[in-house]
Amino acid sequence: MKLNLTKVVNGCRLGKIKNLGKTGDCTMDIPGCLLYTKAGSAPHLTHHTLHKIHGVPAMAQLTLSSLAEHYEVLAEYKEGVGKFIGMPESLLYCSLHDPVSPCPAGYVTNKSVSVWGVGGRVEMTASKFMAIQQALQPDWFQCISDGEATCNEATSIKRARKSVDRSLLFLDNCLKLQEESEVLQKSSIIGVIEGGDVTEERLRSARETAKRPVGGFLLDGFQGNPATLETRLHLLSSVTAELPEDKPRLICGVSRPDEVLECIERGVDLFESFFPYQVTERGCALTFSFDYQPNPEETLLQQNGTQEEIKYVDQTKKSKTTSCNQEMTSFEINLKEKKFGNSVLQKESDSSCSHISECIFQLSLQTFITTSLADMKKHWTP
Amino acid sequence: MQGPELIQKAQGLHGFMNWPHNLLTDSGGFQMVSLVSLSEVTEEGVRFRSPYDGDETLLSPERSVEIQNALGSDIIMQLDDVVSSTVTGPRVEEAMYRSIRWLDRCIAAHRRPDKQNLFAIIQGGLDADLRATCLEEMTKRDVPGFAIGGLSGGESKGEFWRMVALSTSRLPKDKPRYLMGVGYATDLVVCVALGCDMFDCVFPTRTARFGSALVPTGNLQLKKKQYEKDFRPIDPECDCPTCQKHSRAFLHTLLHSDNTAALHHLTIHNIAYQLRLMSAVRASIVEKRFPAFVRDFMSTMYGDPTLCPTWATEALASVGITLG
Repeated sequence: MKLNLTKVVNGCRLGKIKNLGKTGDCTMDIPGCLLYTKAGSAPHLTHHTLHKIHGVPAMAQLTLSSLAEHYEVLAEYKEGVGKFIGMPESLLYCSLHDPVSPCPAGYVTNKSVSVWGVGGRVEMTASKFMAIQQALQPDWFQCISDGEATCNEATSIKRARKSVDRSLLFLDNCLKLQEESEVLQKSSIIGVIEGGDVTEERLRSARETAKRPVGGFLLDGFQGNPATLETRLHLLSSVTAELPEDKPRLICGVSRPDEVLECIERGVDLFESFFPYQVTERGCALTFSFDYQPNPEETLLQQNGTQEEIKYVDQTKKSKTTSCNQEMTSFEINLKEKKFGNSVLQKESDSSCSHISECIFQLSLQTFITTSLADMKKHWTP
Repeated sequence: MQGPELIQKAQGLHGFMNWPHNLLTDSGGFQMVSLVSLSEVTEEGVRFRSPYDGDETLLSPERSVEIQNALGSDIIMQLDDVVSSTVTGPRVEEAMYRSIRWLDRCIAAHRRPDKQNLFAIIQGGLDADLRATCLEEMTKRDVPGFAIGGLSGGESKGEFWRMVALSTSRLPKDKPRYLMGVGYATDLVVCVALGCDMFDCVFPTRTARFGSALVPTGNLQLKKKQYEKDFRPIDPECDCPTCQKHSRAFLHTLLHSDNTAALHHLTIHNIAYQLRLMSAVRASIVEKRFPAFVRDFMSTMYGDPTLCPTWATEALASVGITLG
């Protein structure tokens, strides 16, 4: 794989990653996003409906949390997870966790990391982890790491240091196991940058991880609510400054368009695209232009007209849906509102819900892909 | 603005759904059975009470047709007085005669007979005399098609097939016969043999949402452990997108996750199964080998002819098709 930078403007990197995939002939644009999946499929969408969307990302994100417990099945299948899920042509990145469902903290040890599937906790040592990856055969996979330094309010230096030490140890063990695996020669390990909110530890993590033969870097522990990312942006810049230019930088847990843009300005290349899914789950649809508005209140007035109540960027509008109890953002409209004249969504009805979710999700994913990233790049290319 | 007025503004149901093919709407009659505790029937119409806000709606033959006119569907159904097939006594007779009167009111109220086809619905429960009376009366009206109603509830299959056969024997040969609420694959094949043309049923899509895939030998409960490592498609002969791309093992995995995509895959397959089945039925009729098709279908589904359900064997025998 080869990353070519076309230009760098205000910290934003524009370029292409070439020679990707098993046959080495796939390309990805950066900045870019990965297709979010649950149990190996885009949420709510079949292959047919997914491909009605223009510009489906070349690389899909699989989560180990949804696949680890099916290790035996995949091992017996032998032909890799891409073929198993019906996406043989797609590039695949396997992350540890599902960004939408944060997992309980306190289960990382010096020897193992855990993920949570439907059936409960799956504990993985380096060798079990690598055995699972051998069965999956993804193009890229996140190395097991200690991502819990930022789980509590204040990271102690000691805890931050431990997260870096453990992650480097895991990385070295996994790299060694990869050398011994023929099947995984075509896969790239993504090294994980840890260190909590402690600057020296973050920089140490970046420098040390960069010394290893990883395919790219995952910036872990910067996610949270909008306020927490805000405070970590400075740290993010410092971290990416330590990383080699010619390897991709991924970040996890960041998917809102405004946050994506902030991270791009600080040297991040690839993002997860779970935001459309969260918007769908609260019955909303994404509607935003690619013009990044410095005055969000003004935009909302334009969008909604003055007769509607004025929604400010962080106004809370808690929805009744279960998994995504986050607040509605300024990038979306709430389809349950009477003004949209859709009485079907007024009542919760099991059988109609999945079809409606399917339609909304498709719409939102389309909007997210085309407006948040693809069109932005037109501003940069000469 | 809600309801039919909203749909009318959106260029009818076809425009609202963006569906360029045919649409059939029911009249609301079945809800007299499914929502019987929330409804009250009088000569005027059926009054429904909303369980959400206590609001009452009167659905009369006129109102039902008015709504269906606004929706603009290609086939519309009369409002009939429907009773559950397990009900006996004078209520069945009352409902049968009232359905005839309501048919006439629907015909009178229909504003778009040139664009929308109003079908009558034969009632009479499981009583041969009542059903025969209903048939005699309703066939005097000039409607473009007839539905056979009041069946496919909780009645025995023995009574069911006899009422279907009675109905088809007295309906005109040159107009469609629409058997409402059917159904399972076996029922479809048998009722085609008995002279029915059109069917509707929630079964294939509902069973899909519970993880069940329809196949020529019955169904596969894909959530079960036996499919965990089954890397074959649901049906190797099926050309639907699900069978083209996915294995039983993958669908099993997906069904055990919270991704609704699994339900979509199965829904698509089950609809394809139904369409393929009816297409095969039609081809066998055109090619004059329908009885052989039926024998083949039954032996695939049940194995031995003696294992075929008794009612089906009897029903087929009544039209000259013997199994093995």
